[in-house]
Amino acid sequence: MDGALSQEFMLGVYVFLLAIFLGVELIGKVPATLHTPLMSGTNAIHGIVMLGAMLVLGFADEWWLQVVGFVAVILGAANVFGGFVVTDRMLEMFKRRPSAGGGSKR
Amino acid sequence: MSDFNRTDLIEISYLVAAICFIFGLKMLGNPTTARRGNQLAAVGMGVATIATLFTVGFKTTNIILILVAIAIGAAISWYAAKAVAMTAMPQMVAIFNGMGGATVALVSVAQFTGHGEFMPRGDVISVVLGTIIGSISFTGSIIAFLKLQELLSGRAIVYGGQQIVNAVLGIAIIVLAGILIVQLHTDTSNALLLVMFALALAIGALVVLPIGGADMPVVIAILNSLTGLAAAITGFELDNQALIVAGALVGASGSFLTLLMARAMNRSVTNVLFGAFGSSAAAGAGAAGAGEAKPIRETTADDVGILLAYAQKVIIVPGYGLAVAQAQHAVRELADTLKERGVDVKYAIHPVAGRMPGHMNVLLAEANVPYDDLFEMDDINNEFAQTDVALVIGANDVVNPAARNDTTSPIYGMPILNVDQARNVVVLKRSMRAGFAGIENDLFHEPQTSMLFGDAKDSLVKLKAAVDAA
Repeated sequence: MDGALSQEFMLGVYVFLLAIFLGVELIGKVPATLHTPLMSGTNAIHGIVMLGAMLVLGFADEWWLQVVGFVAVILGAANVFGGFVVTDRMLEMFKRRPSAGGGSKR
Repeated sequence: MSDFNRTDLIEISYLVAAICFIFGLKMLGNPTTARRGNQLAAVGMGVATIATLFTVGFKTTNIILILVAIAIGAAISWYAAKAVAMTAMPQMVAIFNGMGGATVALVSVAQFTGHGEFMPRGDVISVVLGTIIGSISFTGSIIAFLKLQELLSGRAIVYGGQQIVNAVLGIAIIVLAGILIVQLHTDTSNALLLVMFALALAIGALVVLPIGGADMPVVIAILNSLTGLAAAITGFELDNQALIVAGALVGASGSFLTLLMARAMNRSVTNVLFGAFGSSAAAGAGAAGAGEAKPIRETTADDVGILLAYAQKVIIVPGYGLAVAQAQHAVRELADTLKERGVDVKYAIHPVAGRMPGHMNVLLAEANVPYDDLFEMDDINNEFAQTDVALVIGANDVVNPAARNDTTSPIYGMPILNVDQARNVVVLKRSMRAGFAGIENDLFHEPQTSMLFGDAKDSLVKLKAAVDAA
């Protein structure tokens, strides 16, 4: 390492900053109706840390690293799967007009 | 340039995943595309996960362990996510968020204790931040879960010297972090990191404990965005762009969502975290005691049925109590009956009705209430003055006029539904118990208000029968 800031690190910082701006832009005009599903959906997306846990476990060369990595992958997978399934269940129910309902006027 | 090798393909898969997340998030912002957006993000996650399995240098036994771990985590959470009632959605999000936080903390600790010897300073900074933020997110989410699940009191939990304890813990964590970053890896640094890990776990719990249940949605939103940030930090640790992109997206959108929610409740984020709910809960409780002497008017289902049947305009104000009683279907049936008689029926949805913004919309959608019958607060608040009957079902704090009038009330300043301007207000309630925020509600003592006590579902079924008979 020469200097604390490698080029790779700085590229990461750029990606990070651009993604921050993008994140705010993308949900700028979300109706309140979708706040709960959106929170749940983004919650599932940060389950991406499961990949980090997979990298720890994949390269683990000592038993205790395997244990920590194993637990971390379980928790990460729970975050991912639970998050997406719960969000899907919520959004499944967003239908404009049910066939059963009578004619409600606007 | 030669053929793509395995690492190139993995990197390309991460790029595909990032694109899926970006478009998925975009689609999540619109009711018509939201479900496909979520599915697209899930596809991205699948692509990234499979690609990671092929990382060069993974040991075969470890790959098997990874697959087993994923299967265990997926099976447990899949079952939980399918089985949970829609009313319990907020605490479910909290617990899944906590698991993500725990993952970040464990990954950071494992990276440092396992491969810390020659770690450059930038990576040590990532490890330290990942450990702290991940731990806070984990224990904070667990406390939020326990409060929402009512395993812990929803009221603020306060004890003497709380601020001092938190401050000392906070300073200790910062000092330890400083030492670790300055001296890099030495003989003692693993121990220091573990101490810091433990302190961060403690402070996460201690910071959330004194926050009242009514503020939990904002807390979950904050913790959600923190976990996103922590995921991005982990990305720096592991030089993984997919983590950086996804984590930053969630960190940013989560922070923005936190602000939106806080604005809907008219609470500043600092106020939620360090604020007044704790101290003024006692005042609210005192007022509740004094309030019992005030008169209320009790009514019967038959009377209300006639009132509704001959009204021109009815606005239904559903709250969490409706959901607890599983009365969503009963309320739709009552609304359908009224509509058949030509009554104009609308639903007024407070931004934080239920326990999270948008929670009530989900619950009513479950009962097939068409979402064009649902009106947000700002769109309907002017209509209460021309409304014959406002039917408040299991809502309390969001219709409490104290938010408008009483500067000493803990919810003062929160925008509320102007239910008290309707000609008649009928409140369906199980008992005179105070709401989630633990505050007395003067609406119940207003002259135009009558109370219909009982289980919301029973009451609604009786009301429908009364309307039919009228």
